[in-house]
Amino acid sequence: MISCKPITQKLTLAFLIFFSFSGIKIFAQDGKALFQSKCASCHNVFKDVTGPMLGGVIDKEYYGGDMKKIYNWIYGVNTLINSDPHYMDLKKQYGSVMTQFERNSLPEKDIDAIFAYIKVTFETPTTREPKDPLKPETSSNQNAVIFGVISLILAIIALILMQVNSNLKKMSDDAEGIGRPEPVPFYRNKVYIAMVALVFFVVGGFYVTKGAIGLQRQKDYQPEQPIYYSHKVHAGINQISCLYCHGNAWESKHAAIPSVNVCMNCHKSITEYVKGPELFNEAGKKIDGTAEIKKLYEYAGFDPLKPNAWDPSKAKPIEWVKIHNLPDHVYFNHSQHIRAGNVQCQTCHGEITAMDEVKQFSELSMGWCINCHRQSKVNFNYSDSTGNKFYSIYEKFHNDIKSGKMDSVTVKDIGGLECQKCHY
Amino acid sequence: MNKYWQSFGEVNDPDNFQKKVEDEFREELPFEDMDSKGLLDAKSPRRDFLKYLGFSTAAATLAASCKTPVRKAIPFANKPENIIPGEAKYYATTYVQDGDVVPILAKVRDGRPIKIEGNDLSLFTNGGTTARAQASVLDLYDTYRNRFPTRKVGDKHEESTYEFLDKTIGEAIAGLAGKSVVLLTSSIVSPSTKDIISKFANLKHVQYDAVSYSGMLEANEASGFGKKLPSYNFGEAKVIVGLGADFLGTWLSPLENALGYTKGRKINEKNPEMSKHYQFESHLSTTGASADERITHRPSETGAVALALLAALDGSVVAPAIADAKLKAGIVKVAADLKANSGKALVVSGSNDVNVQIIVNAINNAVGAYGTTIDWTRPVNYRQGIDKDVKALVADMEAGNVGALLIYGANPAYDYYDAAKFKSALAKVKVTVSFNERWDETTELCGYNLPTHHYLESWGDAEPKTGITSFIQPTIYPLFKTRPYQTSLLRWSGNATDYDSYLKTYWAARLQSDDAYNKALQDGILVEAGGAGATYSSASVAAAASAIASIKKGVKTEVVLYQKVSIGTGTGATNPWLQELPDAITKATWDNYAMISMAKAKELGVKLDMDYEYYPKKPVFKFTVGKAEVELPILVIPGMNADTIAIAVGYGRGEKLGKTASGAGKNVYPFTSFNGNNVDYYAADVTITDMNRKEKIAQTQIHNSYEGRVEVVRETTLATFKKNPNAIPDYRTEMTEDYAKKTSDFRREATLYPDHGQPGIKWGMAIDMNACYGCGACVVACHAENNVSVVGKSEVLRYHDMHWLRIDRYFVSDNENPDDLKGVVFQPMMCQHCDNAPCENVCPVAATNHSSEGINQMAYNRCIGTRYCANNCPFKVRRFNWSDYTGADSFAHNQDQELVGKLDPVIHQMNDELTRMVLNPDVTVRSRGVMEKCSFCVQRTQAAKLKAKKENRVLADGDAKTACQQACAGDAIVFGNVHDKASAVSKMREENTQRSFYVLEQLHVLPNVTYLAKVRNTDEIIEDAHHGGEEKHEGATVPAAEKKEEANH
Repeated sequence: MISCKPITQKLTLAFLIFFSFSGIKIFAQDGKALFQSKCASCHNVFKDVTGPMLGGVIDKEYYGGDMKKIYNWIYGVNTLINSDPHYMDLKKQYGSVMTQFERNSLPEKDIDAIFAYIKVTFETPTTREPKDPLKPETSSNQNAVIFGVISLILAIIALILMQVNSNLKKMSDDAEGIGRPEPVPFYRNKVYIAMVALVFFVVGGFYVTKGAIGLQRQKDYQPEQPIYYSHKVHAGINQISCLYCHGNAWESKHAAIPSVNVCMNCHKSITEYVKGPELFNEAGKKIDGTAEIKKLYEYAGFDPLKPNAWDPSKAKPIEWVKIHNLPDHVYFNHSQHIRAGNVQCQTCHGEITAMDEVKQFSELSMGWCINCHRQSKVNFNYSDSTGNKFYSIYEKFHNDIKSGKMDSVTVKDIGGLECQKCHY
Repeated sequence: MNKYWQSFGEVNDPDNFQKKVEDEFREELPFEDMDSKGLLDAKSPRRDFLKYLGFSTAAATLAASCKTPVRKAIPFANKPENIIPGEAKYYATTYVQDGDVVPILAKVRDGRPIKIEGNDLSLFTNGGTTARAQASVLDLYDTYRNRFPTRKVGDKHEESTYEFLDKTIGEAIAGLAGKSVVLLTSSIVSPSTKDIISKFANLKHVQYDAVSYSGMLEANEASGFGKKLPSYNFGEAKVIVGLGADFLGTWLSPLENALGYTKGRKINEKNPEMSKHYQFESHLSTTGASADERITHRPSETGAVALALLAALDGSVVAPAIADAKLKAGIVKVAADLKANSGKALVVSGSNDVNVQIIVNAINNAVGAYGTTIDWTRPVNYRQGIDKDVKALVADMEAGNVGALLIYGANPAYDYYDAAKFKSALAKVKVTVSFNERWDETTELCGYNLPTHHYLESWGDAEPKTGITSFIQPTIYPLFKTRPYQTSLLRWSGNATDYDSYLKTYWAARLQSDDAYNKALQDGILVEAGGAGATYSSASVAAAASAIASIKKGVKTEVVLYQKVSIGTGTGATNPWLQELPDAITKATWDNYAMISMAKAKELGVKLDMDYEYYPKKPVFKFTVGKAEVELPILVIPGMNADTIAIAVGYGRGEKLGKTASGAGKNVYPFTSFNGNNVDYYAADVTITDMNRKEKIAQTQIHNSYEGRVEVVRETTLATFKKNPNAIPDYRTEMTEDYAKKTSDFRREATLYPDHGQPGIKWGMAIDMNACYGCGACVVACHAENNVSVVGKSEVLRYHDMHWLRIDRYFVSDNENPDDLKGVVFQPMMCQHCDNAPCENVCPVAATNHSSEGINQMAYNRCIGTRYCANNCPFKVRRFNWSDYTGADSFAHNQDQELVGKLDPVIHQMNDELTRMVLNPDVTVRSRGVMEKCSFCVQRTQAAKLKAKKENRVLADGDAKTACQQACAGDAIVFGNVHDKASAVSKMREENTQRSFYVLEQLHVLPNVTYLAKVRNTDEIIEDAHHGGEEKHEGATVPAAEKKEEANH
């Protein structure tokens, strides 16, 4: 028994650590969402943007790890900005002042969650795993090519052998003096013609059908846009949150393209493109980033020499070319996927942070949607504290999970393959 | 044994009827070019074949080779903070039309209002709406609205500017040299507008209602209440007597009335009691249809009936002689019932005769209605026009005393009793200005037109009842160059402010703060203290009684004019949704007609045989009253007074009002007359001439037949229900015994198919037929929510109507006397979302199938249009897109076909770029060749679920409301998750087990819509009331008529 004690202790400890860790994880996940919706428009974890970088801010001298000071600031911006010298300095440095939050819109526990997220993100070295959904597909494609080549070679060998065989037979017949009619050349042989016709029909039919199915589908569509806008520079190198510009995706079915005034939030002060890498378009032509920013100013009616005279209401909208087009009879909701479904933007839009000019990454076909609905797990509330409480009414699934009949709930299980989930 | 029937064919000639309805097409199919031999036997089959082949290949290639268009995504230049593209916003505003007021929420999606919902904060309407309020959003996008101000130059109306007109008209008014300036409007309910009018120096304001309540206003003044109308409290009344008042359909404030009335009609099964409703009337009205007992009389007898009732109550007047024994007995019975329920009784009359209304006031006083069921502390402002004032105005105009006439909302050139006189008088007025939104009959004659905004574009206020104000705020920037008429009045009275800012100043001052005003705007409704009330005085009763004695009696046939719930006085005539809304009683669309009794039909030689019933062509007669004559087709309706003809007003509109209004029906306002005090909406003597021709009337209900199945509708009397409350549950037990002997599980054992599982939500609906009065608000709401197409009269005639939700009307009578109507049952009928759906099994492409939430789903883009499903549907609720009603086809110009004929102009109007702005972007617009049907508003259930998921909570009851449920004033339709035991729908089913039934339960289709049987409050005991199935056992004792019917089953 005595020897058991340390083991139990260790186990308990391990459990405790595990649970607390997973607790932080969950906490941090909430924090991520909150951070993105409340803070990310002005703050970044890793660097100064409109506001100061938030990674490690809590350990700075002024705060000294005291969350109370953080609360005081967030709830009392309007008073502290004119009384506390620390904040007065910051104001001088950044020019703008943070919006004050009310306790009911951002309670203390939410702030804790945000800072938990910042801590986790800041301290974990950024290991981006670019999941490549094409990978398994390419390998199977390669296999298919190899098999195809092998069967083609075998077919040719078989053909040659058959010719050789018939020639040999003719020679032996000649030698034996048996008179036989001249063999029909293969291109006039009816069996060959029938076989070729059949192959032609099958292959032709396959491509016609495939083409018909693919009508109006435009994977890899990459039109030229009125302004050379690089997602790589904005979302990749500068790490601007997707939702800063496409915040609509959080609320609504449309992700929406940001209005000119959103662009101008930053570009009022960022007037030229200097620090980033050289930009090229698809044709390999070099792009002058500063000239592209100038184009934005044309639309915005902004004169960089007189920034204070800018009137946002005089801006003209930019006519972007729509890349992702769904047919009218399909209902698709962005907020459903990213908020209720916790799907990452990249799952459907690809590694957008690496694209200079955006192209359509996914097929946006029904088969593609359905496949994802088959595999994706919903944010099911396996216990009272996890997942989305909406699913607590699914008694059958809760019972089945308890009894071990099923281990997870996919979108399919809650009716995600039904016609009227998307067509109505 | 009662019979429930929809058409005379069913009652009079069931065998033949049955045979006929088996044909899908009741007319010859229009293949003129082909003879009967078919394609292969045609002259040149090979060439034809090649032609078709070539065409289809070319068409397919064309469709396939079209380049994918480059689409633009254009964001805001400067996005307003509170607008989220793709998310709907709701603004509290108010539907105001000629004095009718409904507080509403306008659903605004991406900057355009697309749907009207009731405002739940408004207690007097309880979040209900009317059909006309629901349809009003379509008026906003009407292509026939006036788009700019005009002035008449010669015979033409030329476009002008407001600056110019302000100057010209201002100067013209200033230079009138003593002649008066008159503002002629429909009833004005806006306090701020009245304020503006009162500040306009020397402006005389005359209010004019197309269908006047002047008699009531004057009678109330004579009875000591002032020239006002009271609030009626139908909910408090145990006995309700309607004297020709269509209070559930069109009278005063039908929404409010229906709301109160419903309180007394809902039944608690443990203690089944309900209010008693008697209706005295001349024709079968929507309200009469819901009455417990109906007694008919001639329209000219209205006064006598009221007088006899008062005499029977307190003997203060001498009872007039009444010949009709049934009527006499009815009055005695009603008087006794009223007496027994003193203080809990209410009598309302639809008469516009001041003397009749004085007597009605005396009756209400005698039964203690004042202070209990009639509330004088909150008088209503819905109608304020006085007939004598209007007559005096016309005389003044005729005499040349009126210098300027400004018209808003009124259209006397169409609906005045002597329109010709009004027109000639109008010509004598120097300055004539119309503020009307359309080229109506009066505006056409005016010198200037300064069209006012649609209410969804306006700021404003409305005070329907004293102390209750409902606010109007704009939901969209004005589409055209229109201007509020109040701004014009302000300008011309020398005030430079716009109405918008005037309104704000007015209310901020009245509420003493901007915040209070903003709060009122946000809520949409503001409740302040009511008035002090008033006391009744009987001074005028004797004079009124003697005046009634001198009312001209009808000799032979009389005509009574009524309003349809949809068209009203004529304002609904320009609205395609309202024109296509079937009338509650006749189920006719796009027309008015003469409703005649069965006795009159016999007299006129109209045979109620299959030809009359089955084909839409109805005989046309000419009706002459004095100099006015109108030719109209007739419809025979049971339960009419034998010598009364009823015709709806509001039809026969001018060409310039657009393609929807013109061509539909005839104008019968010339049949109205002035009786010295008020306008009478009946004529005591009408001559009828047979025109020996026929015209088509587009009725909807005869389109589908239940093939003689009688379990569709269940109705009983209160007495029968009390005696045998378990009739319906017993029927179910019987069925279980018959079909599920082993397990007693009817659901699983009685079928070969496996049951569907619903792991989470299961949507279900319950409909209380006791609270449905056939008003049609739900039908129009369904149109608006689900982009249901309008098909036009010619297509309704071909049974191609597209209503997802219809209200079936059943007449109840015994077999021998179809004219002796016991009642009418209204049954809202939509897809029943059967759990064992017959439509699902027969679809060859699985386009219709079952969802895990119990919804029978329809995938349009999968449908290939075999129509097997519609044929297999026992409820006939599936609708097929026979033509391209929506312009959604890939090929343009598919709407006008040479072979099957051109579609009505209204379809092109509905497909105009402007009108299409009303479409709900969350619902697919269906193209030709696909089947569609009720989806339980799946877009709403999906949105509700998503909202709950986003908020990380369980779906709450009431999160998802269907459009029909939201629109219903009487809460007849309840929808929700039936797996949630606390939901309203579960509770409704649980608390009403004795009345709950499924339509055609014995078919084992397992519908998800429960109906609660209709109960009439009479003492009649219906034998064998519980179901039709038992008829089989009755054998030889059945009378002949019933035997015939049996052959049907």
